[in-house]
Amino acid sequence: MAVCEDKEQDPRIQLIASSIRVVPDFPKKGIMFQDITTLLLDPKAFKDTVDLFVERYTGNGISVVAGVEARGFIFGPPIALAIGAKFIPLRKPRKLPGEVISENYVLEYGTDCLQMHVGAVQPGERALVVDDLVATGGTLCAAISLLERAGAEVVECACVIELPELKGREKLNGKPLYILMESH
Amino acid sequence: MPPYSPSASAPLVRSLRLPSPSPLLPRTLPSSHLSRLRLPSFRRRLLLSVSTAVRAMASEGGEDHRLPRIASTIRVIPDFPKPGIMFQDITTLLLDHEAFRDTIDMFVERYRDKRITVVAGIEARGFIFGPPIALAIGCKFVPMRKPKKLPGEVISEEYSLEYGTDKMEMHVGAVQPGDRALVIDDLIATGGTLSAAIRLLERVGAEVVECACVIELPELQGYQRLGGKPLFVLVKAAEGEAVV
Repeated sequence: MAVCEDKEQDPRIQLIASSIRVVPDFPKKGIMFQDITTLLLDPKAFKDTVDLFVERYTGNGISVVAGVEARGFIFGPPIALAIGAKFIPLRKPRKLPGEVISENYVLEYGTDCLQMHVGAVQPGERALVVDDLVATGGTLCAAISLLERAGAEVVECACVIELPELKGREKLNGKPLYILMESH
Repeated sequence: MPPYSPSASAPLVRSLRLPSPSPLLPRTLPSSHLSRLRLPSFRRRLLLSVSTAVRAMASEGGEDHRLPRIASTIRVIPDFPKPGIMFQDITTLLLDHEAFRDTIDMFVERYRDKRITVVAGIEARGFIFGPPIALAIGCKFVPMRKPKKLPGEVISEEYSLEYGTDKMEMHVGAVQPGDRALVIDDLIATGGTLSAAIRLLERVGAEVVECACVIELPELQGYQRLGGKPLFVLVKAAEGEAVV
């Protein structure tokens, strides 16, 4: 796991990076899966992870944190609670009970769909999108679309890990991406 | 006054629910008769107000001052996921920052001095409430997931659905013998998912201290399926009560 080369590297990031486990050949052969569940087993690493995001976003007028199902549900709510924002779950189809808007996105094979409740976000709200990892950027792109369709301004996308070779950063409609570490 | 907390060892305390008869609540049928009823829309609208009334009154009588607001933010969606089901939607609670914070605070206050070493959250809405509690207490968070989501070695536990079965998985090595565990989900209905989580944790030698949910549907008697483990909830909702 390569930590971002940054002369102002926060010392907490090294511990966070070392707590993430890599599981080979999951979900299929050749994929080195970045497993954040081991980070969640380390209370200090988990707290530091949340703190790093909270420190960045406090005082930025962000009123919405949107978390992508399911691992975005783990990191998003603690950030939302700390910065005083609401939390919005972005979910796979047919999970949200009320009226939803949907956005399709492309997978390696086929397409998938992300949904958000109508009325969760008001026009003009400033939003953060949170997920554990950005790979191709497809899910984050769908998330940004949903929020923008509802009239929100997406301020940034925030993930613990980026897989830079998959160039997800280029698929975010020009929205900035903030990450704690890269994996090559 | 501590928050309302039924335990499996005590009879379910009905006194915090509606006194009967109530002018707000007409004569009701047991939910077992009603949970699959198709209701015309005017009756559904009445049900919505009835459900809200039951929930609000459950929180009166000197309970924690935060409960009415928490209860009022929960939205009831009729006929989801199928006709006759009144779905308790906590996403509207998450839109109210104060209510969300109060919800977490009430759990944290209850558990911070109970030497909890692991919070196990059930996918997916348990992932929303569990981590903030774990962070505040300073203990580990373990996701309990649907099959094939967790990478690495897992143990599995099957549980019953209305039709068929499902499986819950937990990572091997996440929980150690002697860990004191809390199981978190947004809602307890039949208790099937919670009981699967309890079994997984006990199989690896953890002690399940309590199950904690925001909402209980008491008529479904899920508390009886927890293997004697206590249940703590903030809000009770009348799932199947309707006008006769």
